[in-house]
Amino acid sequence: MANTVNVTDDSFKDDVLNSGKTVLVDFWATWCGPCRMVAPVLDEIAGEHAETLTVAKLDIDANPATARDYQVMSIPTMIVFQDGKPVKQIVGAKPKAALLQDLAEYLS
Amino acid sequence: MSGDVRDLVIIGSGPAGYTAAVYAARAQLEPLVFEGSQFGGALMTTTEVENYPGFTDGIMGPELMEQMRGQAKRFGAELRAEDVETVDLTGPVKRVTANGTTYEARAVILAMGAAARYLGVPGEQELLGRGVSSCATCDGFFFRDHDIAVVGGGDSAMEEATFLTRFARSVTIVHRRDEFRASKIMLERAKNDPKIRWRTGVTVSEVLRSEQGAVGGLRLAELATGEESTLDVTAMFVAIGHDPRSELVRGQLDTDEEGYLLTESPSTYTRIPGVFAAGDLVDRTYRQAITAAGSGCAAAIDAERWLAERPVPPEFAGGGYSAAGAAAATPAP
Repeated sequence: MANTVNVTDDSFKDDVLNSGKTVLVDFWATWCGPCRMVAPVLDEIAGEHAETLTVAKLDIDANPATARDYQVMSIPTMIVFQDGKPVKQIVGAKPKAALLQDLAEYLS
Repeated sequence: MSGDVRDLVIIGSGPAGYTAAVYAARAQLEPLVFEGSQFGGALMTTTEVENYPGFTDGIMGPELMEQMRGQAKRFGAELRAEDVETVDLTGPVKRVTANGTTYEARAVILAMGAAARYLGVPGEQELLGRGVSSCATCDGFFFRDHDIAVVGGGDSAMEEATFLTRFARSVTIVHRRDEFRASKIMLERAKNDPKIRWRTGVTVSEVLRSEQGAVGGLRLAELATGEESTLDVTAMFVAIGHDPRSELVRGQLDTDEEGYLLTESPSTYTRIPGVFAAGDLVDRTYRQAITAAGSGCAAAIDAERWLAERPVPPEFAGGGYSAAGAAAATPAP
């Protein structure tokens, strides 16, 4: 099924920075309406691109340190990590087609 | 092309769109609803909704919208999280294109709502998501113990400012007039809040950038004298109102000078037969969740009656009509 994992401040290094795969981290919170809109879209993308991409969900309420480290100031923010480095940042909920376009070079 | 000519397409997923979907689905019109990428409309970025009837203790905006969405789904509305790119409303068959596919319907309900307005000053768009925001509930969290500003003088500005005091050290309401459009209860609540400060009679002329590439302050200009000053804040929440999202149908339907779609009030009929409009897209007066829901209901009833008075032409036949008893022999062109 969907290739989505939950990450925390503690597991961020292992699950994201040291992951062999490309990881898209979704910075979200329960009280954020637009985060709820984009979540199912990210689940779909994760399911359709399971070989190339992992989607990691990070609840910023419970894990403020990571959000602070990457200077997240608005949610939803999605950051793509490759080889431990942030390579792409997307701010705000977008339609699936627009997200796929933004992510195209990391999905092939 | 997607095949059949449907009875009804609904564009929009706020209270108007979902209420229209609930009514149309219960009337067995099998509506196709284009929710757009941002389902739920304006209420998705609000907190507590205290004035929607039926919720004694209030309800969170996103929760209310998820309930409406679920209700529409329960009765068989087909929901799609796609943004409509173009519409052609001119002929007897309306065409709606989303994500490269064109769908056909005999009737369309337009309920695209309104989009948050921005100031249009230097620095604003560049710092969006870096301290400039139109969603206090999304971004307030990041400004814990900061000094921040809310721009605007209506209910949404008061609501956002009051909400933001949960996080911020201070919230300065920046408003260009000395009077406020906000309702008395909202204004009083803000005025009684010790964390809220006021700068009136000024406009924001520029959003300043900090060394870290985020909001570093606001340049303000006194409306009366033009005298400039700097407001030392790390965030600017913009709550200066909304613009109706009528671009999609501009040139096909009439709008007023502000872009609100014109309907044959008190009905939801537009100038084009079979095209109905509801919600904030047409409402320049009330703009409440409940009035949007009410007009969405009216649009569904208008559409249902309009469709019932017009038998399905045989050339429209397709799978979508077999349930309604129409011949389904020939595929749609």
